[in-house]
Amino acid sequence: MATKLTRSNGAGWAFALPGVFLIAMFIIVPFLFGFWFSLTNQRLVSPNPTQFVGIENYQNLLGLAVITIEPERDDKGQVVRDDKGEIAYPRVRTITRSDAYPQYSGMREWFRWQWGDNANVVIASDVVFMKALANTFIFVLFIVPLQGGGALLLALLINQKLRGINAFRTIYFMPVVISIVVISLLWRFIYDGSDGLLNNILNVLSFGLFQPVDWLGRTDTALGAIIVMSAWQAVGFHMVIWLSGLQTIPPTLYEVAAIEGASGWQTFRYVTWPGLRNTAILVLIVITMQAFALFSQIDVMTKGGPLDATQTLVFQAVERGYGKQDISGGSAISVILFFMVLAISLTQRFLTRERKYG
Amino acid sequence: MAHVKLTSVRKSFGSVEIIMGVDIEIDSGEFVVFVGPSGCGKSTLLRMIAGLEDITSGTIEIGGRVVNDLPPKDRSIAMVFQSYAIFPHMSVRENVGFGLTIKGVDKAEKEKKVLEAARILQMENLLDRRPSQLSGGQRQRVAIGRAIVRDPSVFLFDEPLSNLDAALRLDMRMEIGKLHQSLGASMIYVTHDQIEAMTLADRIVVLKDGQVMQTGTPMELFHNPDNLFVAGFIGAPRMNFFEVDAAPVGNGAYRIGAPDVAETVVTAKKPLPEGERAILGIRPQHLSLIDDAGAASADQGVLTGKVALVERLGTETIVNLSLPSGAVLIAALDGDNPVAMGSAVTLAYARTDAHLFAKE
Ligand SMILES: Nc1ncnc2c1ncn2[C@@H]1O[C@H](COP(=O)(O)OP(=O)(O)OP(=O)(O)O)[C@@H](O)[C@H]1O
Ligand SMILES: [Mg+2]
Repeated sequence: MATKLTRSNGAGWAFALPGVFLIAMFIIVPFLFGFWFSLTNQRLVSPNPTQFVGIENYQNLLGLAVITIEPERDDKGQVVRDDKGEIAYPRVRTITRSDAYPQYSGMREWFRWQWGDNANVVIASDVVFMKALANTFIFVLFIVPLQGGGALLLALLINQKLRGINAFRTIYFMPVVISIVVISLLWRFIYDGSDGLLNNILNVLSFGLFQPVDWLGRTDTALGAIIVMSAWQAVGFHMVIWLSGLQTIPPTLYEVAAIEGASGWQTFRYVTWPGLRNTAILVLIVITMQAFALFSQIDVMTKGGPLDATQTLVFQAVERGYGKQDISGGSAISVILFFMVLAISLTQRFLTRERKYG
Repeated sequence: MAHVKLTSVRKSFGSVEIIMGVDIEIDSGEFVVFVGPSGCGKSTLLRMIAGLEDITSGTIEIGGRVVNDLPPKDRSIAMVFQSYAIFPHMSVRENVGFGLTIKGVDKAEKEKKVLEAARILQMENLLDRRPSQLSGGQRQRVAIGRAIVRDPSVFLFDEPLSNLDAALRLDMRMEIGKLHQSLGASMIYVTHDQIEAMTLADRIVVLKDGQVMQTGTPMELFHNPDNLFVAGFIGAPRMNFFEVDAAPVGNGAYRIGAPDVAETVVTAKKPLPEGERAILGIRPQHLSLIDDAGAASADQGVLTGKVALVERLGTETIVNLSLPSGAVLIAALDGDNPVAMGSAVTLAYARTDAHLFAKE
């Protein structure tokens, strides 16, 4: 059936062809391949034929369970303690490798917590994936307020008619136009454990009291270091979005606030912030989506280490697919990520829908 | 005693002087309208009174207090903007009570004042709506409500009706007039619509290029314009102007003559500069049809022309005439005048109704 789209606009389609072809080649086809691979045992290079394995890849990634382990007891029923007085538990292996618990087979400990004398142990089929998932969420959770709030603060400061304000705009925006790889390399020097800029500055500020920290080499600081650096890098971009939002607020509304004698905070609360509602949603969603795709910084700065402390979903997907040649596993991670991001954009659509007031 | 008093007020934006020395006194409870062409500085002047724009030099007093350096909130003013400036995310109730929210007035008190304002403006039924659900007139009502709640001693209006359609404008105009009567506060109202100015004002201030051209009651301005600008600005249709030769005949009177105007004697309000040509002004309403030049009485002047266009408005008939020199004359005749297109007519005016100005 001829529709407006197909009828007598051959020229139009001819013009669209190169673009459509490229999008299909590099986005749509790989996307469909990814879906398919995630349901097979496809490897990057393999002599064996590919087999359909259903949701096995997903099971291998998402398998998660909590087991409770009772402490070891001696003949009298007393809890056994080691030299330091810590309660001794049987090894998790005794369960995950036991034929009595086939459902836990192959799983490893992710983390545990104590409950009375017992220990609750969370075991996962794929501990590295779980760490990547958790790290990604932590990254998102911190970067959204840090980057979004920081950018808003800068935008408010910069949205003033002062001499030379454009110089500041340029400075804050500069990191955005520099490649993230270059920035990651630079920050690796800044964070350097022995002679890095950050350690030197802290040392000077504390009159030599501060002991150098290997920011990227410690499990408790590595992710934080990457969060701070990432927030700094894109803060200028979101500042510009906030600025455009600020400039859509009619100046007369501020004049009304001035006539009523609103304080700075009241003006922000009643005029600025409500006027930024849609901008806020946009900024939030953009930051969140970018945060879920965290890869380059990790690849350049830590490669997921130390001890998987900075593993992320995209880094894992790439590492598996190309590093370990496990294309199907990498694809499964990508698909999971896709659904998470999809859920977020649907939330955005929901939040920004045209609301009817009664 | 003057309630609002402007003394030698000047304002420059950068090197451009926009307000060039304005003196205005407004009495307590008076309704004063600033009129003038676009860009003459009306809004700027109003915003200076409000405190939204600082004053380059001069003083502004409100209630006997110099307010040059007071912030807007301490000037006992409320302002209504052309763009309404109501908050889209707040209900009408919240918008009207905004000032009280800012002051932290308690709920019951706030509700009482909001209801009172809503009652005055007859919009109690709108209180729970959002601005997006209101018509332009209703939005402006909300903005006026917010001003009423402030309980100011001076209301400032900056073209509040310009965004409304003609019928609504008329309604709201009357409403603002009534509001002035019931509140008794001083009002300063900016417009470039002279009908609004004529109907609302106790006194009109005509501005041009940042200067006061004339101040007076609407009828003073209509009957006794000080200068060519005010004469042309006030009154619709516009006053007819002719360049004439004027020879003084004593007592402020001049014998005038021009291609289109029969020779006669007219008195000028102010002496004309010697030896220069003058401008004769005749209002369209002051022209009437006569049979021929011979029928004119001694205190009438006469014009002749050919009818080029007739507009019948019912209440009056607007006639465009082309004069011998090719100039166009507009006459406002009575409603049922049978004057026909293309006919040659003779018009008379009372010499006392004619205005004589120096050529600018
Ligand atoms: N912030 C400003 N900076 C520079 N020039 C300004 C500023 N505000 C107003 N002006 C100038 O001052 C002059 C008077 O402006 P104003 O808004 O007072 O005119 P207005 O009489 O209210 O005109 P309108 O009838 O169009 O509203 C204009 O020429 C305008 O360009
Ligand atoms: Mg204006």
